[in-house]
Amino acid sequence: MSLLVEMNEKAMALGVPLTVHIDVTYRCNERCVHCYLDHDDQGEMTTAEIKGVLDQLAEAGVFFLVFSGGEVFMRRDFLELVEHARKLLFNVKVKTNGVMIHEAEARRLRELGVEQMQLSIYSYRPEVHDAITKLPGSLKRTIESIKFLRSQGLKVTLSNVLMTVNRDDEKGTHALARELGIAYTLDPTVTPKMDGDTSILSLRVNDDELEGLFNDPELVGDVEEYCKPPAPVDEDAMEGYSCSAGHTACYISPYGDVFPCVQFPLPTGNVRRQKFADIWRNSPQMQEVRSIRIKDLPVCSTCSHAASCSRCPGLAYMEGSMRGPSTTDCEKSFHRTGIPSANMMRKAGLASRGPLVQILPMTV
Amino acid sequence: MPETYIARSTAIAARMLGGEMMIMSALDSTFFTLNEVATVIWQAADGHTPLSEIVESRVCGEFEIEPEVARRDAEEFVSQLSEHGILLVSDHPIQESKPRSREVR
Repeated sequence: MSLLVEMNEKAMALGVPLTVHIDVTYRCNERCVHCYLDHDDQGEMTTAEIKGVLDQLAEAGVFFLVFSGGEVFMRRDFLELVEHARKLLFNVKVKTNGVMIHEAEARRLRELGVEQMQLSIYSYRPEVHDAITKLPGSLKRTIESIKFLRSQGLKVTLSNVLMTVNRDDEKGTHALARELGIAYTLDPTVTPKMDGDTSILSLRVNDDELEGLFNDPELVGDVEEYCKPPAPVDEDAMEGYSCSAGHTACYISPYGDVFPCVQFPLPTGNVRRQKFADIWRNSPQMQEVRSIRIKDLPVCSTCSHAASCSRCPGLAYMEGSMRGPSTTDCEKSFHRTGIPSANMMRKAGLASRGPLVQILPMTV
Repeated sequence: MPETYIARSTAIAARMLGGEMMIMSALDSTFFTLNEVATVIWQAADGHTPLSEIVESRVCGEFEIEPEVARRDAEEFVSQLSEHGILLVSDHPIQESKPRSREVR
């Protein structure tokens, strides 16, 4: 067991929020076609308020701090917030589109001891990337920013989202990351907008493309190992949890709302009205999230993928129940292994139910 | 014999978790945990208190460890952490522990 895994288990046992993701703004200078956020400022926390929250997070034992947005550099005080976070000795990771990072900002981020920078690029071709961000020249500026950050020796990751509008460019974008000497991550997840609008889900890639992704050794390494049938579900797996949301991790919005995760819009409290530690320890919603084990999931506990599924309780919550399946993850498990999930079989069963038909071939 | 002075680098992240100090270097992302004794030395590494004094007053004072064993263990610990740039070591008092620039890998 690695030291980090060991510390995570210890934090879980002690009820310590090891990781907090804080969006300091939802404002952005890009308007990405797949973005789930409302970019209007509805009353962001002030500099003093965020610094106060950071003090509380340090007190609560938070070690990993992720600054994100919106675009973090839309706040003129952003580097001041990073400086405060580093004085409190957080491990700081920054997610940004990078278009406002020049040599001076890159140097300051290195001086402050930021551990990792994550920048979004959706294509190696300006005509595709800039059409997604709706900001002319954005690819060029983001690449320049990566070069500034690299010249300071900062660790940089290129983050890509696979969609219908950039699927053909994936290999080239991966090659761009290699050329820049930085790590690369690819996520095929597109989530509904915060206001419930699901129109952007049409950007999701189709089943064949998802399957192709899981069979690409450049992305997953050992394909045979990655796509092998799920391990038998034992008692330990049934006693386990879906993910770290609410257990060792949580999310804070620019308005001070606390959620179990950035992808789990269940309000649990607000740091403008309550102490963070009080929300973390005593919020009924946080406690409910924390109480749910795999064995408590009506459908997923019967699924052969239960031990290995990437089930996201936040996406399940958005589908209707935090104890229900997350269809997106069911599909991922299926396309990864070729074995349908309990949820898929249940839906196929429901679809095939009719008064005169007793047996139908299963279609998924 | 010259004194040894130690200071915590500012290019690290650190937090106590259940009595152990977690430390991660922003220079090379190496992750460490320190036990109780090492944590005491780490916390006392202010750049101007000699290591010998830290060992005598904090380690031997708070834990039942023989002075010679404590000194040897402390020197080994300091050497290991300084290799990763997590502790700065000097034979003069250290004013400031600025982060080093990193090599591009």
